[in-house]
Amino acid sequence: MSHLLEARNLDKRFGAVTAAADISVTVAPDSVIGLIGTNGAGKTTFVNMVTGYLKPDKGRIYFEGRDITALHPRQVTRLGICRSFQIPQLYNSLSAYDNLIVALGIVLRNAKPAPWARAPRLVPGHDLPLADAAEALLERFDLGEFRDKPAGVLPEGVRKLLDIAMALANKPRVLLLDEPTSGVSSEEKFAIMDRVMSAVRAEGAAVLFVEHDMDIVARYAGRVLAFYEGRILADGAPDVVLADPQVREYVIGGQAEPKEVSHA
Amino acid sequence: MKKDRTPSLLLAALVALLILGLVLPEWRFLGTLAIGKGLTVLGLLLLLRTGLVSFGQGLYYCLGAYAAGTLGQFWGTTDALLLLVVAGLAAGLAAAILGILLAAYRGIFFSMLSLALSMILYGLLVKSAALGSTDGFNLPAPTLFGLPLVSHDSRYPLFVLACVLGVAAALAMHYYFRTPLGRLSPAIRDNEIRVEYLGASVRAAVHVKYVIAGILAGVGGALTGMTVGHIDPEMAYWTTSGEFVFVAILSGTGSVAAPFLGSFIFELVRTFAYEYSPNSWQLALGTAMLLIIVFLPAGLWSLVQRRRA
Ligand SMILES: Nc1ncnc2c1ncn2[C@@H]1O[C@H](COP(=O)(O)OP(=O)(O)OP(=O)(O)O)[C@@H](O)[C@H]1O
Ligand SMILES: [Mg+2]
Repeated sequence: MSHLLEARNLDKRFGAVTAAADISVTVAPDSVIGLIGTNGAGKTTFVNMVTGYLKPDKGRIYFEGRDITALHPRQVTRLGICRSFQIPQLYNSLSAYDNLIVALGIVLRNAKPAPWARAPRLVPGHDLPLADAAEALLERFDLGEFRDKPAGVLPEGVRKLLDIAMALANKPRVLLLDEPTSGVSSEEKFAIMDRVMSAVRAEGAAVLFVEHDMDIVARYAGRVLAFYEGRILADGAPDVVLADPQVREYVIGGQAEPKEVSHA
Repeated sequence: MKKDRTPSLLLAALVALLILGLVLPEWRFLGTLAIGKGLTVLGLLLLLRTGLVSFGQGLYYCLGAYAAGTLGQFWGTTDALLLLVVAGLAAGLAAAILGILLAAYRGIFFSMLSLALSMILYGLLVKSAALGSTDGFNLPAPTLFGLPLVSHDSRYPLFVLACVLGVAAALAMHYYFRTPLGRLSPAIRDNEIRVEYLGASVRAAVHVKYVIAGILAGVGGALTGMTVGHIDPEMAYWTTSGEFVFVAILSGTGSVAAPFLGSFIFELVRTFAYEYSPNSWQLALGTAMLLIIVFLPAGLWSLVQRRRA
């Protein structure tokens, strides 16, 4: 089993809407995969299913050969599949620093052999005491100047970074980033991605990122998955996928229906 | 990093209280009563910081009092420490069982369900002739290691016990909020999804916090029962629970000391308002609450905090 993560034939419907139709994806360790598709194509639904937030109607998900389809987000997270959110999910009344303290505190608590046992002194995976591990994460994302500000008042780009930093608390093996650069001016996008990718590469995690900006995708992805109405229209190297006429027409360019696909 | 001054301030407050109680004997009763209720409100502060409003803490308050009361009444146990421990255990056990159900609810459903459960206990007690029905029963005077805590000329020993208990509970709560589990309180209040997505169970955390609040209410109820010397089903009635929420809002959640300050002021206002206008003392309390919500939305504690800032 050389796949780190594998999704097999996932289906998901919301009433009349097909959010996933026969989605099959395998993810190798160390890969960086861009997920593209128009609004409502099913990218977030895919992330939600992989992380246990949504149960697929059909299909299975495997992590290192283990079936994780029925697990809850907290269990999936503990296994090392972590995510950031399209809309950052932060503790708005807490400072940036305290957000990370909560995150790392959970990791520390989960490392206890029994509920009544003492927590280890160092945060597993970070090999630092709690406070130092939080400072190190702030540092890594260059968030020092926002350390003591409540997360609720931070600018959107900073909230995105903090959200991603939180996702790194559990030392992910697979990291899913849902539109890490949305809500950020186009000049800032590359700077944010640079920071994110250098912070994340150090982890050695496989990265799947949802992105609408094709320049970003071309620059950072080693592989691209193109979603259209819940299906994967193309899967391959960025230059191939981004040049694919169907992808150009239905994912990047227009909103019309692809020819060869029927909609039952 | 700011230095944590709360522990030393709490210990200073303990010393001050013990001295005040020594020189002002007529305040001992009110002080002890305020601590009994303050313990219950401290549990409510924990829930409030977790984003939960329980309108049923009277359940555990009453249960703790009745656990201590029955032990005293029917087995002749008067040792205060033993009674308080039994009260805490009984309330904690009940909260652990009911918490299985309650931890799944949030918002108004959590509030109303907790209220409903407390009214069930009220109903049961009212129907229990052996426990004095609506009249309740009297508690024997508490002792500690064989020494009386309350006598006709002094309530000082019980007051001392209450102060030590109150400060210990506040201190423990203060340190609890610095543990990873304690830090989940504001996290759960702000964003449950993120808590789950960091690998923690919101439900389990809420359950634990509910049990802690239950234990505090149980101990608080038993202490109040010992102070007053009498317990009755009113302790589980919804107005009693409402009063705890009232005091919690009045106090503010800014500090673990706030519930005790708030309880004391509440009892004070009630006593005086009752003395001067027995028929409209609720009017005075209502007005006080209105003024606080308008002018001190973070509760009475914000007065203390503003001074220190
Ligand atoms: N919980 C839900 N309940 C009902 N419908 C949903 C739910 N989640 C997603 N959908 C629908 O499923 C479809 C796919 O949504 P999804 O959020 O996965 O799209 P997306 O590719 O992430 O789009 P965007 O680029 O706008 O974020 C959409 O039509 C959406 O309205
Ligand atoms: Mg989306």
